[in-house]
Amino acid sequence: MIKLDISKELQGPMGTMTLRLNLNIESGQFITLYGPSGVGKTSVLRMISGLMQPDFGQICVEEQTWFDTKTKVNFSPQKRKVGYVFQDYALFPHMTVLENLNFAKAKNQNNDSTSDLMEIMELEQLQNRKPSTLSGGQKQRVALARALVQKPKILLLDEPLAALDSAIRHKLQGYLKKVHQEFKLTTILVSHDVGEIVNLTDYVYQLEEGKILKQGTPEAIFIDQSLSGKFKFIGEVLKIQQEEIISVVTVRIHTDVVKVVVQHEEASNLTIGDKVLVLSKAFNPLLYKIEA
Amino acid sequence: MNWEPLLLTFKLALFTTVILILIGIPVAYWLSNTKSRLKPIFETLVSMPLVLPPTVLGFYFLMAFSPNNIFGNWLDEWLGIKLVFSFSGLIIASVIYSLPFMVHPVQSGLSGISRSITEASFVMGKSKWETLLKVQLPQIKPALLTGIVLSFAHTVGEFGVVLMIGGNIPGKTKVASIAIYDEVEALNYDAANFYSLVLFAITFCILLSVYLVNGNYFKGFWK
Repeated sequence: MIKLDISKELQGPMGTMTLRLNLNIESGQFITLYGPSGVGKTSVLRMISGLMQPDFGQICVEEQTWFDTKTKVNFSPQKRKVGYVFQDYALFPHMTVLENLNFAKAKNQNNDSTSDLMEIMELEQLQNRKPSTLSGGQKQRVALARALVQKPKILLLDEPLAALDSAIRHKLQGYLKKVHQEFKLTTILVSHDVGEIVNLTDYVYQLEEGKILKQGTPEAIFIDQSLSGKFKFIGEVLKIQQEEIISVVTVRIHTDVVKVVVQHEEASNLTIGDKVLVLSKAFNPLLYKIEA
Repeated sequence: MNWEPLLLTFKLALFTTVILILIGIPVAYWLSNTKSRLKPIFETLVSMPLVLPPTVLGFYFLMAFSPNNIFGNWLDEWLGIKLVFSFSGLIIASVIYSLPFMVHPVQSGLSGISRSITEASFVMGKSKWETLLKVQLPQIKPALLTGIVLSFAHTVGEFGVVLMIGGNIPGKTKVASIAIYDEVEALNYDAANFYSLVLFAITFCILLSVYLVNGNYFKGFWK
């Protein structure tokens, strides 16, 4: 159980704002902080990890108080057991992949944890490469593996997949899922990507100007509950074509592209790049076996 | 030929550089991290030797370390150290005189490392000291090399400060640059030429090696 009750004055894009949060996160949950840039999502991660100090409040992790302004407790980042994946990966450029992982080990930790992680993240082939020779997706896998080496109590992910293209992003979501199932770590993800959030997380806190605007399961937050679709996918509008009677909207769902027919008025509400929900109600899907 | 002034010059430069590594890196680390309002003042003080005439520095050292003075007298009586006209005095003056040449490259190197890299190390439970030694310094090897070599070369080229505080005592404070001046005054152009040529050749080689290494001409050897 993680208890977070913090307040901090921040310099946002609209001037000064107060970040005020009160969250209880169950152990083993995968939650998301969602919201536009500059609402203080990254600052929340920095305060949990001890890299930034709240003005006042309390941070408790599994019965242990990491920060409390009343009792003047403030653990240094070194003493908190946190795995942090930074937006820019923050790999040590002068160390190989293996050295990066080994550096994260605690003093008396043996090599098992690093070799297990190398296997889970499929890094064995890359272990002697320097970060500068890796692709974005490979760097991300190294950063994730490195964050897990010291067996943290919380995993913090700061927009880990934002800089990657969609195919690799989808693959890495698979790794994140695998890691979460394997280690059952309490995980806090900062993300803008609705697809990613629905795919990965249990619970979403939507922030605005430092406050929680909405909270709930991803479905409850992003998908209108009045619709009962049998099939529903979140996609991105790639193209809108006006035909004589109807419009054809091209939507990317994960790595697939589909065309959806809509009325002109409906199409007029859409712009390219919009996140949309593609759903189909009350129909009987067909299944074809393609591989035994 | 008398090699003594040349050897003395390189001994002085070596001692100065070693002390500067020990002092310059912590100063650069502090300057690159501090949010103190006094930072501009300290930055100015570190950079002063770049613009002040060496004689100004030498003059104040002479005043401060003179046994006629409270501080110089205290050093002499309590610690038995005489810094005026002695080799140890030369080292202290050279350290201060060459300080910016060590601090500036290291400071800009450290400031250039992305914040998240050092923070990643802290989150992994590594202390500031371990992070400096294993994460930050190894990443700024070119800046360190520049700092070390420039401090060494700048100390080799010292004249004014040395003359003011060290004088011209053979074997003790008579370094090559002063020997050259001395020989020219005595119209011994051959001896002056000898010292000059050696200094010229050595400093050329030192600086050339820095540019070659930092320009990555020896790939795989350094980076």
